[in-house]
Amino acid sequence: MNMKRKTLWLTLGFVILVGLGLQGQSATPKSKIDGIAKIDTTRSIAPYFTPATTLKKMPDSKGFIQRWLLLEPINKPNRGNTVFTDSYIRAAFATEYFPNQFTVVPKDGEKVKVGEQELMWHALESSKFNVKLFRFAYGMRKQYYGVIFWAVTVVNSPQEMKNVRIAVGSNSASMWWLNGKEAVILSGDRRMVMDDCLSPRLTLNKGKNIIRGAVINGPGMSDFCVRLLNEKGEPIKDLTITCE
Amino acid sequence: MKKIKILGATAMLSVLLTGVAIAQVGKPFIHDPSTIMECDGKYYTFGTGGGGLMSEDGWVWNSGAVRPGGGVAPDVVKIGERYYVSYAKGAGGAQHASNVYVMWTKTLDPKSPDFGFKDETLVASSDGIEDCDAIDPAFLLDPTDGRLWCSYGTYFGFIRLVELDPKTGKRVVGNKALNIAIDCEATDLMYQDGWYYLLGTHGTCCDGANSTYNIVVGRSKKVTGPYLDNMGRNMIEGGGKMVLAAGGRTAGAGHFGRTVLENGVEKMSFHWEADLNQSGRSVLGIRPLLWKNGWPVAGENFKEGTYEIESERRGYALELVVDFTRMAGGMRGFGRNSNEPIKPVPSQELADVLKTWPTGNIDVRIGDYMFRPHQKWTITAAPDSIGYLGGPYYKIVIAGTDRALAATAEAEVITVPTFTDAPEQLWRIDQLTDGTYRIMPKVVPNSKEKLVLVSSGDSTPTLAKFDMNSDNSKWNFKAH
Repeated sequence: MNMKRKTLWLTLGFVILVGLGLQGQSATPKSKIDGIAKIDTTRSIAPYFTPATTLKKMPDSKGFIQRWLLLEPINKPNRGNTVFTDSYIRAAFATEYFPNQFTVVPKDGEKVKVGEQELMWHALESSKFNVKLFRFAYGMRKQYYGVIFWAVTVVNSPQEMKNVRIAVGSNSASMWWLNGKEAVILSGDRRMVMDDCLSPRLTLNKGKNIIRGAVINGPGMSDFCVRLLNEKGEPIKDLTITCE
Repeated sequence: MKKIKILGATAMLSVLLTGVAIAQVGKPFIHDPSTIMECDGKYYTFGTGGGGLMSEDGWVWNSGAVRPGGGVAPDVVKIGERYYVSYAKGAGGAQHASNVYVMWTKTLDPKSPDFGFKDETLVASSDGIEDCDAIDPAFLLDPTDGRLWCSYGTYFGFIRLVELDPKTGKRVVGNKALNIAIDCEATDLMYQDGWYYLLGTHGTCCDGANSTYNIVVGRSKKVTGPYLDNMGRNMIEGGGKMVLAAGGRTAGAGHFGRTVLENGVEKMSFHWEADLNQSGRSVLGIRPLLWKNGWPVAGENFKEGTYEIESERRGYALELVVDFTRMAGGMRGFGRNSNEPIKPVPSQELADVLKTWPTGNIDVRIGDYMFRPHQKWTITAAPDSIGYLGGPYYKIVIAGTDRALAATAEAEVITVPTFTDAPEQLWRIDQLTDGTYRIMPKVVPNSKEKLVLVSSGDSTPTLAKFDMNSDNSKWNFKAH
């Protein structure tokens, strides 16, 4: 579905919801109207995320990394996602939005200033294989369309591993770095598919390795999934994931 | 084969010696080729009349194989360190009185000090009166139990099966010949996934462009038969499912031989009675051997052209990593007048986007096929007449450009601005047994590893070891 069609459906959905609301106002007891409002008041990142702990955490059974530091979304208006060519997203992600954005491993609750926005880092654990950024933004009552998300995690490897690939799926476009070096880029109006784009063969250091990602989206759901694959294409699970 | 038997060695030898050079395959003139054998890095096939063809690479064939004994329609099987060669020749007297002989050599390379055929022994014969003509022998070394079998015969009566001793090549003492088919010549046997397959050649032999020779097959759970075709007809009642018949400008497919290069990569050898592009001569044919629903099928040799290169993994297309250039217009709005005149929308052309592409190396990825210039690949045989079993090396360039797909020393794939004929820009294309294709660079720089183009992710290509059990290793060529 292209952007316009997506927008059309969003518009139609809004009209229907408004219509239903109006119907409710005219024909439904007040308690039910409150019920509709109540859903809005419980807007939360649960059940998609829980706060990250210091307990030992490994990738899930398929190797997906679920513990991440997520920055509240940066405002980056885009009416559609078809603009996300390689050139566009390289320029978008080369822009410095906050100090040390390519080196920092932030702490939970740390704040950064991006233009007029004051945004907070959240150390979270996804309850799913993927990290549902839309739900993160929506639950945090933040802007969820026309945004850039930054994500950081620390992968602790028991030994050096060569010929490792970072396997990423994202909605929409994204770019990922391992230990400060570009690893993989996902351009275009992209849907999140596991193992969609893979990095070239990389070396995972013994000890700490920092994976950093940036996801850009216009309208629609935003999410990503990341795992590491060995030279046979098998998920690497003998890792611990921390936020520091 | 019976006519050839009469014509004898002289005619075929003259063909072999006077062939016109054909660029892509040398002088591949042969009749009744034996199963292709690899020996010390070279390929060999023997034919009627003595001698045969040899090839350094499997693509360029020339005379040079040496087989004593003359006669007709040999076959070869390798057992341990021995190459056993069977052939037939007339026993004198009646027209169909023939003998099948087996001999062995340690190498097929006539220049090797180990070359030399030994222990020629008679393994089957026909007296000229009985319902059999003992020529056209073919081996099967049963992979399930190591027993060695030999089929032989022509239209003159039955195709017969005898058992040989795999240690000596001699007939097993006391073995009785079995009748397993009629109406065939040039039989062969093979085993696959619990089935024994009997290949036979039907139709008219040895009539040049008018030869209707064609290869058929039946199968059985036992090597001794009965061999039934896809309709349940017994080959001893004339049954047989088509494997290969005339096509293009070639006629008279016969004398099947199977060569398994590795799991998923198989070739079938045979002769065309007449190749109209090569003076109507009898030539060696090599095709991919495919398996479909438990039956062998002749695959197609790759045809030059402009294609989408589609990954079997996801169905996405190999493409340049360049900015997607949108075409003019967009979705027509709802509620528009459907009576507005219809007019074609021009496709995006290379000239529309070429200037937006980098001029140096450009990476490749795999993406939604949108029939755009960065997704169309023109594949043609590389200038040099070098190749592999069944095909030449190809250059793969973006259509309308000289931008060529190339392997890198990091075992990745890129495109370079200009094709230079460098070995990492040459690609081997094999149709696999399931009908998909394997794409393999001739070399990976600084590596001795044999790597192929694979999908490491849905959208990411790389080079890695071939795995027939993974769709990552498989591609399709789609001409739109």
